[in-house]
Amino acid sequence: MNNFSYFLMIVIMLINFILIASNNLRNCIKIVAFQGALNGLLSLFFPGENLTLTTIIISTITFLLKGLFFPMFLFYALKKVAIGKEIKHLIGYKTSLLISLLALVLSFFLAYHLFAPSQISFFIITASVFTTFIGLFIIISRVKAIMQVLGYLVLENGIALFSFAFLIHQPLLVEIGILLDVFVAVFVMGITIFYINKEFDHINTHKLSQLKD
Amino acid sequence: MIAILHFFLALFVSPLLFGIINKIKALFAGRKGPPILQLYYTLFKLWQKSRVYSKTTTSIFQFAPFVSLTCVICATLIVPFAGQKALLSFSGDLILFIYLLAFSRFSIILSALDTGSSFEGMGASREVSFSIFTEITLLLSFTVCAIKAQTLSLSGIYTYFSLQMLHPTLLLIGLALIIVLLTESCRIPIDDPNTHLELTMIHEVMVLDHSSTELGIIFYTAYLKLWLFISLVTGLFLPTLSFFLKEFYSLGAIVLLTSIIGIIESVMARFRFIKIFDFILTGLALAFFAFVLQVVGIL
Repeated sequence: MNNFSYFLMIVIMLINFILIASNNLRNCIKIVAFQGALNGLLSLFFPGENLTLTTIIISTITFLLKGLFFPMFLFYALKKVAIGKEIKHLIGYKTSLLISLLALVLSFFLAYHLFAPSQISFFIITASVFTTFIGLFIIISRVKAIMQVLGYLVLENGIALFSFAFLIHQPLLVEIGILLDVFVAVFVMGITIFYINKEFDHINTHKLSQLKD
Repeated sequence: MIAILHFFLALFVSPLLFGIINKIKALFAGRKGPPILQLYYTLFKLWQKSRVYSKTTTSIFQFAPFVSLTCVICATLIVPFAGQKALLSFSGDLILFIYLLAFSRFSIILSALDTGSSFEGMGASREVSFSIFTEITLLLSFTVCAIKAQTLSLSGIYTYFSLQMLHPTLLLIGLALIIVLLTESCRIPIDDPNTHLELTMIHEVMVLDHSSTELGIIFYTAYLKLWLFISLVTGLFLPTLSFFLKEFYSLGAIVLLTSIIGIIESVMARFRFIKIFDFILTGLALAFFAFVLQVVGIL
């Protein structure tokens, strides 16, 4: 079980690399959904040893929300705004890859100051900080507004991982509240994208700063 | 004793792998394809032909294929097979392995430059720029294995690993090594071995001026190199079995990986030239990821 959660976390970290490398918007949505679903699955193993009803409920809701609802909603928004599937990068593939490798090293370095490497928390912190970095990086380096939503979701995945590390046993209400927040944020961002597209005929964020009558 | 057998197995069976790849490609295209032993016939044909040298070339051009082949045969001596020790093994031979391959590549590049053709010079420049990244990837992957197995010899590493201790790190390294394999043996996502279009050629272009025995030797070197890399990848995933089963398993795994390469070639197109670097860098990123995981010492 311990080995399996290591394996899940490595997959989550690899997904970050794939996300950096991917050129296809649809694939990106699927990949982020997969990461969210894995996150839900991972929350079953933490906190603590024994499964409680609360953990199962939270895990199921996370799994359904991040793995099913968000991608469906984003695909729907994508269909509505009818944009191409190509992602535009402000920072090219090779530079992005190098930056993400640096981020990986940096997150190991940060985790090293928090936990001893033998603890499982050490690895969760690494995965968490790395995922958060990648989320932020996607937000600043991709042009299309829908990628900002995906970046936000990756960021949120990273933060959710962070709470596993400290084995925090949050009450059901708090967890549900966090998930509701994310849900509403994605919903609002989806609607905003739709209206940006309606007003400007594109969703390129770097063009939004241009003045217009 | 068994190491000697493995050595001769590599020498004699390696052209067969290309035969398998060609057969699979033909099957996918709905053709009957050349016989699986075709490459032996080709080598034999090339052996009998008389040599032709361009006036601009010097003796480097004539030596290079032999130097290249010698290096790769020396590399074959230190690569273990089926979890058994190789014919030669000493501490640090994994670094020798990388340098032998580099020297083999260097001699072919020199011979390409020796012809004075700008076209071959272009091929040489491409070959060098790819190898910069594949060598780092290979070195990083070997470093991870060396740390894990606590030894600096290839034989030590490959007798240490078995499938029972399947780590995520090992999977990462396997993937990175497959990318190195495809690059080093010039298979399809990187380089199309069949193409003779000027702008797309990388490896083929360097050997345009070679003929007869020397061309055959260059082909044979490529076959041997593919065998080496395939056995390096499959050797990482060897289950603990009895002696004979291990041999059969290794051979099966080699045929399987060869078939996978054949399938990749049938279903994929060659990458655009700029994209190739992205592909190779992905391998480097995987190896680096494994390296960081190993150095931190979590797994």
